[in-house]
Amino acid sequence: MTTDPLTDYQAEAPVAFEELAEAEKERASGIGPWRLAWRRLRRNRTALAFGVLFLLLVAVALLAPVYADQVAHTTPERNRIADTLHIGGKEIEVVSFEGVPTGPTWHGQYFLGADGNGRDVMVRLLYGARNSLFIGIFASILTTFLAVTFGTLAGYFRGFVDAIISRALDVLWAFPVLLLGVALGVSLATGGLHIGPLTIENNSIWIPTLIIGVVNVVYLARPVRGQILSLREREFVEAARAQGAGNVRIMFGELLPNLMSTVLVFFPILVANAVLLEAALSFLGAGVQPPHPSWGTMISDGLRFIVSSPTQTIAPGLMLVLTVLSLNIFGEGVRDAFDPRARVRLER
Amino acid sequence: MTDKPLLDVEHLRVGFRTEEGVVQAVDDVTFQLHAGEVLAIVGESGSGKSVSALTLMGLTPKENAIFEGIARVGDIDVLTAREEQLRRLRGEEVAMIFQDPMTSLNPVQRIGAQIVEQILAHRDIPSAEAYDQTVELLERVGIPRARERIQSYPHEFSGGMRQRVMIAMALSCDPSVLIADEPTTALDVTIQAQILEVIKELRERTDAGVVLVTHDLGVVADIADRILVMYAGRVVEQGTLDEIFYDPQHPYTWGLLGSIARVDRPRPERLPSIPGMPPSLHDRPTGCHFRPRCRHEFAQCTQTPSLEARNPDSPAHTDRCWLSVEEKRAKREIAAGQIGLEAKGAIA
Amino acid sequence: MARFIIRRLIAMVFVMFAVSVLTFLIFNVIPNGDPAARMAGKNSTPQQIEAIRRDWGFDDPLYKQYFTTMKKVFTGDLLSYANRENVVDRIKDGAPRTFVLAIGAAFIWFISGVALGLFSAVKAGKVSDRVVTVLSLIGISMPVFWLGALMNYYLGYKLGLFPNGGYVTIADGGVFDWFYHLIMPWTALSVLFIGVYSRVVRSSVLDTINDDYVRTARAKGIGERRVMRNHVLRNSLIPVITLWGLDFGAVLGGGAILTETVFDIQGVGQYFQESITRLDVPPVLAVTLFGSFFIVLFNAIVDIVYAALDPRIRLS
Repeated sequence: MTTDPLTDYQAEAPVAFEELAEAEKERASGIGPWRLAWRRLRRNRTALAFGVLFLLLVAVALLAPVYADQVAHTTPERNRIADTLHIGGKEIEVVSFEGVPTGPTWHGQYFLGADGNGRDVMVRLLYGARNSLFIGIFASILTTFLAVTFGTLAGYFRGFVDAIISRALDVLWAFPVLLLGVALGVSLATGGLHIGPLTIENNSIWIPTLIIGVVNVVYLARPVRGQILSLREREFVEAARAQGAGNVRIMFGELLPNLMSTVLVFFPILVANAVLLEAALSFLGAGVQPPHPSWGTMISDGLRFIVSSPTQTIAPGLMLVLTVLSLNIFGEGVRDAFDPRARVRLER
Repeated sequence: MTDKPLLDVEHLRVGFRTEEGVVQAVDDVTFQLHAGEVLAIVGESGSGKSVSALTLMGLTPKENAIFEGIARVGDIDVLTAREEQLRRLRGEEVAMIFQDPMTSLNPVQRIGAQIVEQILAHRDIPSAEAYDQTVELLERVGIPRARERIQSYPHEFSGGMRQRVMIAMALSCDPSVLIADEPTTALDVTIQAQILEVIKELRERTDAGVVLVTHDLGVVADIADRILVMYAGRVVEQGTLDEIFYDPQHPYTWGLLGSIARVDRPRPERLPSIPGMPPSLHDRPTGCHFRPRCRHEFAQCTQTPSLEARNPDSPAHTDRCWLSVEEKRAKREIAAGQIGLEAKGAIA
Repeated sequence: MARFIIRRLIAMVFVMFAVSVLTFLIFNVIPNGDPAARMAGKNSTPQQIEAIRRDWGFDDPLYKQYFTTMKKVFTGDLLSYANRENVVDRIKDGAPRTFVLAIGAAFIWFISGVALGLFSAVKAGKVSDRVVTVLSLIGISMPVFWLGALMNYYLGYKLGLFPNGGYVTIADGGVFDWFYHLIMPWTALSVLFIGVYSRVVRSSVLDTINDDYVRTARAKGIGERRVMRNHVLRNSLIPVITLWGLDFGAVLGGGAILTETVFDIQGVGQYFQESITRLDVPPVLAVTLFGSFFIVLFNAIVDIVYAALDPRIRLS
């Protein structure tokens, strides 16, 4: 064998044989594809670990009020800019006379220090987690709902319906994502949303949720449409039609269940992207509005103090990276669980 | 046959290291291929026939593989040869055509270029001459308007045509051995006949030997001189075409022959099949691997049967079954719809 | 081919029309206060506000306002609500900076991403592959503006290795200074993409390596280098190149708004950001059109290139 690194590819191939043997065993055991995927996921310890990490983050975020109340004895908005506190045996000015907020005290109050307005960074970090995760998750749910609906309608009915939906998607696609998000964000943040009976206040976090939910639809709608287009030609759809199933039955009974695995694979990645987008929008002032905290706004606020008090910027950024990383790794694991790329090549 | 064999395989064993131990894909395979003959290797998926074929080309992934025995192509043992020696062998001494012509050709490269690539890898001639040879080759395998079609892409050909291109490519450097891995499985029956004609013609025109790997006994009957029957990694029977079809010795062979739809017999209620499934790669029974599915199993079968010629009249006809020649003849059912061709000549 | 181009051009016009209408509506249908009042400033009289309203046509029906504004976009006459400066001129000033940022980053991330992806694929399963995968995943998870801010602070301010943001034209500072100021923005912008591309390339190459025709190529007795080059790379890079075309178009059109803002590049994206916080509609409209033009253009280019690279695809 040559030792040319370019040709040193064969690490992957024997794995294929192992997977062949594994795939054989699984097939022989007669378990359905969902249980199979779950089993494969269970074996992927890295993905599971990060999935658990993400759930922990969610739990921590949900417990934010508890922390704020019991440990830090404050609220995310409480601004003690002029106060001097007795923490850990020392006298600490929350914000110094020159305007420099205190750094981490590593105690219950102001654990990670204060921000420019004298607010507790740790408390805001946790409340920011609540907001960012809430937005990320619910926006993704909205995206999934819209994308599956429109993608399925377009792919199934084709013709006129498809033409309209696809043109609309094309227009959405043509918008630079951030520009659209910022435009909507700023506009709605100023005026709020009023559609008929539905009114959303201009600083509600439903606004960024809605915006991100809608803006991300294109990324999922096209793959969904593509999959429906190919699924509808398959024999089981013909069979259902031959049995007299109407369109609705076919869509819900045959197509959607098959689509579910695609959607499940996309979902964690969708949430990761939504969280990043929310952070970007908030950073630019077009997302979560003051006084609600979000990791994005915290980074933006903290930039002014990056020299004197870098914790304000570093902490929310680290949380962001951790959250998005966990989602990405877990998402990879889900994808591998559904499609292990078992290249069954050696025997036919 | 006293001339030197083109292929000399002795006690070939190929195992793969997996998480659950070593899987023996090929277990003690011995055969020879002489000039001008067609050897058919018959078996189901998992029987080890494809791995055997790939190993002859040195194409079995090496990293987790354990090779034992000898596999000589001409003078070179492919199990111990260096990569450069193997490279020179491939395409020149021994060539291979694969099952699925759709995926076996590079979709973004013109077919003329693909054949020329092979020629120039082995012959030091100007490119124009290589192109001329390519046109001749394509004409030889029956592709009309060859001069124009060398500029075509694989997807512009039909399945049968693509397989002819593959054959032309394989023959481009006049190999002494052609290995065909299920060349007709992916094709229509009518095209199948044409492809077999091309292979037969090759045998007429040159001295090349052909190894035909297949599960289709119809193809075997059409073209093979000798047959190797494989089951669960082992050779279970080996003999000439007549010997195997008219005097099959192993219960597995009986099952195979019995499951053929016969035109010259009254139609049975159901097409007979061998009950059960081939053993999984990890989980083979001790002794004779065919035991669980064999109606004639008895005590001695827990010991692995040796591969020998049990009938002194046909020393080259070997099988791996402990039953005596008389017992085999008795148990071999010959009745309507069941195995056994009409006795030919003196075989009673 | 000519028919394809014409059809795409027509589609492009329609899409951009829709984009412009949508953008216009976003700012005029959603009630957001009186632009005339905002323009007039804090201590203005009702007459001043009325005068502005008449001058700028804020009284006209919406569709008339739309057409007037669009006409101004094309005649280069568009003025900002905030400071009356010419929007098109500002875009012309900012565009080269955005282009430089985008083009530099695009090449960096393409070459690095492909190199890392190839390396990763070839070493699949080994430690070096895992290391690259982890780094890529971290790269994908990092917010560009945070990374940029940190780089600015630690590398620029604290260690003084790089300038603290800003853009220097070649005319002002010479090629070296221009380049020096671009290293950090280019890097910050590329990190995310390098992560994405290394994984895409890795996945594509690994898929291709196991394809049947690669096995055929080896069976032909071709040297391994040639197999990798003509068969594996040639096929596996096609989807990567098309993806790159789309991303390039998006970044060119002002998608680097975050990087521009953090590093104070004064490009088109930053102009958008500044305008939008003031609810200054004309620049927002103009930049959005600018951005979507590039996205749509590159979509069409990518389709053409894809058909050129893969003979199975026919432009329809």
